[in-house]
Amino acid sequence: MSRRPLVRECPPTTWYFRQPRYLRYMSREITSIFVGAYCVLLVVGLQRLAAGPAAWEGFLQALRTPASIMFQFLALVAAVYHAATWFNATQKAMPVQIGEDFVPGSVISGAHYVAWAVLSLAILYLAGVF
Amino acid sequence: MTPLKERLVQLEVLRYNPDTDTEAHFQRYEVMCQEEWVVLDALNKVKADIDPTLNYRWSCHMAVCGSCGMMINGEPKLSCHAFLRSYEGVIRVEPLAHFPIERDLVTAPDDFMEKLKRVKPYVIPKEKKPISEGEYKQTPAQLMKFRQYSMCINCMLCYAACPEYGLEPEFIGPAALTMAHRYNLDSRDGGRKERQEVVATHEGVWTCTFVGACSEVCPAHVDPAGALQQLKITSSIDWIVEHLIPGGKS
Repeated sequence: MSRRPLVRECPPTTWYFRQPRYLRYMSREITSIFVGAYCVLLVVGLQRLAAGPAAWEGFLQALRTPASIMFQFLALVAAVYHAATWFNATQKAMPVQIGEDFVPGSVISGAHYVAWAVLSLAILYLAGVF
Repeated sequence: MTPLKERLVQLEVLRYNPDTDTEAHFQRYEVMCQEEWVVLDALNKVKADIDPTLNYRWSCHMAVCGSCGMMINGEPKLSCHAFLRSYEGVIRVEPLAHFPIERDLVTAPDDFMEKLKRVKPYVIPKEKKPISEGEYKQTPAQLMKFRQYSMCINCMLCYAACPEYGLEPEFIGPAALTMAHRYNLDSRDGGRKERQEVVATHEGVWTCTFVGACSEVCPAHVDPAGALQQLKITSSIDWIVEHLIPGGKS
């Protein structure tokens, strides 16, 4: 009896609709578009700053438009989601063993959240918010 | 003694006969099952009472041998570990995704077996010593470092869950790479450099995009996704040492 195995292809463009967990994965991947776009916005801001006071003021005006505020809000949500899922993943990538036991994953992820909060506060302090 | 509850279960099973079929098709079975049965019991009942031509693999019926993996309602599961009470309506049973179908629910594991061999899943001693010098000893802490990854039962559910393997069949895949990690972490082993030739490549860890589905479906709680991320970190450190540190050698 000869073998004639049947190969069923994985649909290259629609596979992520097969399972909710694949959609969750894709939603995380898509957040990088917003994070990347916000980085471009920051670079444009630097360029406007270098161009002089009038250009900088125009840039600030553009940031205050409803469309810009909506984009910044979406970028913030995307960045927080991306960061949270990243921190939650650290416990898988960086297990810490002490003797025969492993440090609980929540401690490893938690340490990242604490570092995030401390660094954010430091940046806000340097920016003169406090 | 209270009689065991019975329930009429509807199964929709993917059938493929390589001798007569060019495509697979679903066949519906209705079978009376006991409430506490698993999907594998229902299939056994179908084979015994309704259709002896139905083909599938199984052996231990206790989630140890890893041979009864199937897609149950689209989810990779051990059919001996999938309780009928967890499902409502028609239960759709298909062969493991991403593997060629040999016949009905039987898939061809050849690709996985070949990849498993490529990662050298055995201890390659750091220093060979004669038997007269005794065994290679290990402390409990050294054992715990890799013990979780040694629990793999080669059921291949992680391959069926991994979209990257489905899209890029060259991918070495979760279980085989996890096995490489398991031996890399073993204090008696000195074979990491040999394994890196397979691990630290595009078809090795760098095809993994950390979907994480492998760990979610693993019946032995091995956490292949974690193992692969750790392999990425060690592979990156190797690259930095080799390319960015003067005089550094991988």
